[in-house]
Amino acid sequence: MGNLERFKQRRGLVAINGAMGLIVILLIFQIWLLSATLEAFLAGHTGAVLPAAIFSGGVFLGCLALNLFVTRVDHESRKH
Amino acid sequence: MSLFRNPSKEPLWKDEFSVFTSDERYVSRRQFSKFLTLASLGMFVGNLWILAKAYFAKAASFPSVAVGEVGEIPVRGVKLFAYPTSQDHCILIRTGEEEYVAYSQKCTHLSCAVYFSAKEDRLECPCHQGLFSVRDGSVLQGPPPRPLPQIILERDGARLLAVGVKGN
Repeated sequence: MGNLERFKQRRGLVAINGAMGLIVILLIFQIWLLSATLEAFLAGHTGAVLPAAIFSGGVFLGCLALNLFVTRVDHESRKH
Repeated sequence: MSLFRNPSKEPLWKDEFSVFTSDERYVSRRQFSKFLTLASLGMFVGNLWILAKAYFAKAASFPSVAVGEVGEIPVRGVKLFAYPTSQDHCILIRTGEEEYVAYSQKCTHLSCAVYFSAKEDRLECPCHQGLFSVRDGSVLQGPPPRPLPQIILERDGARLLAVGVKGN
């Protein structure tokens, strides 16, 4: 493996680590959102349920996009 | 960029178990990010489930049920009953000569049965020392996040009727 390949690999790994960090942050936010929504629902406040579901869906799409990015970087960095 | 693998490419086992040691870091990270994304999907499904429960749940019906007679219990005395179903245990408290209040007996923290402390003039949950006001069921102390659901009472002559639940 040449220097260029090694550099490309290391760069890919940094990108993947960054994307994974973002996914973790989004997931923590989503866990909080779910628990807050459940708490509000059990307290009888249903007004927040629809916006929370929309937000949660958006966060999931964000995670999906980051996952696709990780997959793409993974494939591109591992071409030998 | 595609969602699915191209079957004409390398077989899955070659992709997942690379012969190159340096590739292992990639495989583990890719699989972990896939797991995190699935966890995110689970959270989203949870939110959708709450949404479905909020919009499609049947409205609870509250029949008019006689729960006791006026003067049946002494002042600062209690009577237990079930409302609106036989599974929903409630507590009727006579707080004054002509004053009655009733609450769900289920603590809003972890569903232990609350009891009336005549000495302290409050409802107490023995599990985690949650205290509720006997006036309106509001939380005075402890971990319960919400007030006790209050049973709406009406008087029909000498009978006390439960006709609804407030804050359920």
